[in-house]
Amino acid sequence: MKDQDISKLEQKFQEKIDNDIKIEPRDWMPDDYRQTLIRQISQHAHSEVVGMLPEGNWITRAPNLRRKAVLLAKVQDEAGHGLYLYSAVETLGANREQTIDDLHSGIAKYSSIFNYPTLSWADMGAIGWLVDGAAIMNQVPLCRCSYGPYARAMVRICKEESFHQRQGFEIMTTLMKGTVQQKKMAQDALDRFWWPSLMMFGPNDEDSKHTAKSINWKIKRHTNDELRQMFVDATVPQAELIGLKIPDKDLVWNKERGHYDFGEINWDEFWQVVKGNGPCNNHRIETRKKAKENGLWVIEAANAYEQKRKIKKVS
Amino acid sequence: MNSLFEYLLRLGDDSLIIGHRLSEWCGHGPILEEDIALSNIALDFIGQSISIYEYASEIEDKGRTADDLAFLRFDREYKNLILLEQPNGDFGMTMMRQFLFDSYRKLLFESLINSCDDRISAISIKSLKETKYHLKHSSEWVIRLGDGTDESNKRIQDSLDTLWRYTAELFYEDDIDIELKSSKIIPPMKELKEAWYNNVKEIFSRATLTIPNNNWEYGEGRRGVHSEHLGYILAELQYMQRAYPGMEW
Ligand SMILES: [Fe+2]
Ligand SMILES: [Fe+2]
Repeated sequence: MKDQDISKLEQKFQEKIDNDIKIEPRDWMPDDYRQTLIRQISQHAHSEVVGMLPEGNWITRAPNLRRKAVLLAKVQDEAGHGLYLYSAVETLGANREQTIDDLHSGIAKYSSIFNYPTLSWADMGAIGWLVDGAAIMNQVPLCRCSYGPYARAMVRICKEESFHQRQGFEIMTTLMKGTVQQKKMAQDALDRFWWPSLMMFGPNDEDSKHTAKSINWKIKRHTNDELRQMFVDATVPQAELIGLKIPDKDLVWNKERGHYDFGEINWDEFWQVVKGNGPCNNHRIETRKKAKENGLWVIEAANAYEQKRKIKKVS
Repeated sequence: MNSLFEYLLRLGDDSLIIGHRLSEWCGHGPILEEDIALSNIALDFIGQSISIYEYASEIEDKGRTADDLAFLRFDREYKNLILLEQPNGDFGMTMMRQFLFDSYRKLLFESLINSCDDRISAISIKSLKETKYHLKHSSEWVIRLGDGTDESNKRIQDSLDTLWRYTAELFYEDDIDIELKSSKIIPPMKELKEAWYNNVKEIFSRATLTIPNNNWEYGEGRRGVHSEHLGYILAELQYMQRAYPGMEW
C-alpha cells in the first residue's frame, strides 16, 4: 500500500475514534492499535483464567452449602469471562492457543494479585470485595472502549463483576458480625490483600509506558493513578462501615482535594511479582500448564472423533 | 430409624459427594469450555443437595439444618454410593464415573417424579431436567473418547474396567427401600437395573468399549461403609465447620 493510502486510512480511523464510533474487526486499524489491544485483552483473559485458581482453592472447603454454591458460580463466571475475552482477542486475528502458550512460557502477563496465596476463608471475601472491586474500577470505563468487541464483552462482564464484589463484601460483613476469631480472620485477609489490590492499577502514571497512547485511542479512559484514587475513595468507607482497619498509617481524608491521601506502594514488591518472583507465580503457571498438558489427549480424541464422523457422513 | 430420612440422606449424599468431586476440576479442566461445563454440573449437584437436605432436616425434625447434615456427620453416617467418592483420575475417568451415575440418576428421577411424596416428586422434576443435560454431556464424552484415538480408547476402557465394580451398588436394596417401595414413595430399584444396563450397553457399543466380565457385587456405601477416599473428602468438606464450630458464615 502506498504511504498516501495509509495516511488516508489513518485519518479515517482517527476520525472514528474522535467521534466515538466503535472500531470493528473488519475495519482498518493501525498495527500498533491492534497489537496494543491483543496485548491488553489477552492479558485480561489470562487474568480471568489464572484468577480461578486462588478462589478455586477454597471451593471444597467452603463453610456452608450456600457459600459453596455462590463461590462455585463465581469461579465459573470467571471462566466465562476468560472465554469471551479470548474470543475478542481472536477477532483481532490472534490465535487463542498461541496467546495461552505465551502465558505458559512467561511472555504474556496476567494480573499480579493472583500470585498471592489464599490462606483462609476470609480471603474469599477479600478477593471478591477488593479484587473484583478493583476490576470493576478498571473495567467500567472499558465498556466505552473504542474497540467494539472488547467494549461489548466488558458490558457483560461488568454486570457479573458487581455481583462478585457484593458477595465478597457480604462475606466480610458476615465475618465482622461474628466471633473474635472471625473478625481477626477478616482483618488478616484485608491486611494481606490491601496493597496488592492497589497494585492492580499498575505503575504510577509517570512510569506507565502504555497509558498515553491508550488514552489517545480511547482504549483507556482514565490513568492508573486516577483509577487507583477512585478505588481508594470508594473502598475506605466500606471498610469503616464494617469495622475493618485499612493497613496504611498514611491514609487520611484530604478535604482540599476531596480525596483520600494514601501511603506509597512498595514498587519493589510490585516489580518483583510482575517479573515472576511472587509467592505463587510458579505454582499458578505450572498448574495452568499441567491442565493443558493433561488435556491434550482429550482434545486429540475429540478431533479424531470429529474427523471420523465427517468421513462417515461423506461415504 | 425413619426410613424416609435415611433415603433422603442417600439421595442428598450422592449429590453432595459427586458435586464435591466435580468441583475439584475447577481451574484444571482440559479446556476452558469443560471447566465451565464441569463447574456448572457441580453447581447443579450442590443445589440438589441443598433441597434434599432441607427436606431431610424437616423430616428428621430434630433441629439439624441442611448444613448440619452436610457438614457435621461422621463418615459412617454418609450414605452415598462408593462410585461417587472415587478420585477424579484423568478427564476420561471423571466422565466415565459421571456417565455410569447419570444414566442411573436419569432413570431414578424419571420414576421418582411419580412418587406419592410430593416433595420428592418436586425435587425430581427439577433434578431430572439437570440430569438429562448431565447425561448428554457425559455420554457424548464417553463416545468421543472411546471412539477417538487409540490412546483415548485405552484410557477410557481402563476407567470402565476400574469403575464397573462399583455399579452393582447403584441398585442396592435393603429394608429401607422395601418399606418405601411398599408405600409408593420410591420405585422398585431392581426393576431399573435392566433398563440401565441396556442404556449403558448401547452407549458403550457406540464408544467401542467392552463391559468387563465382573459381576461381583461390591459396595456398601448405602450402609455407610466406604472406600478410603471418603475420609479425605470429609476432611476438606468439614474443615471449616470442625475448626470453627457453631459460627455463622
Ligand atoms: Fe471476571
Ligand atoms: Fe469477578
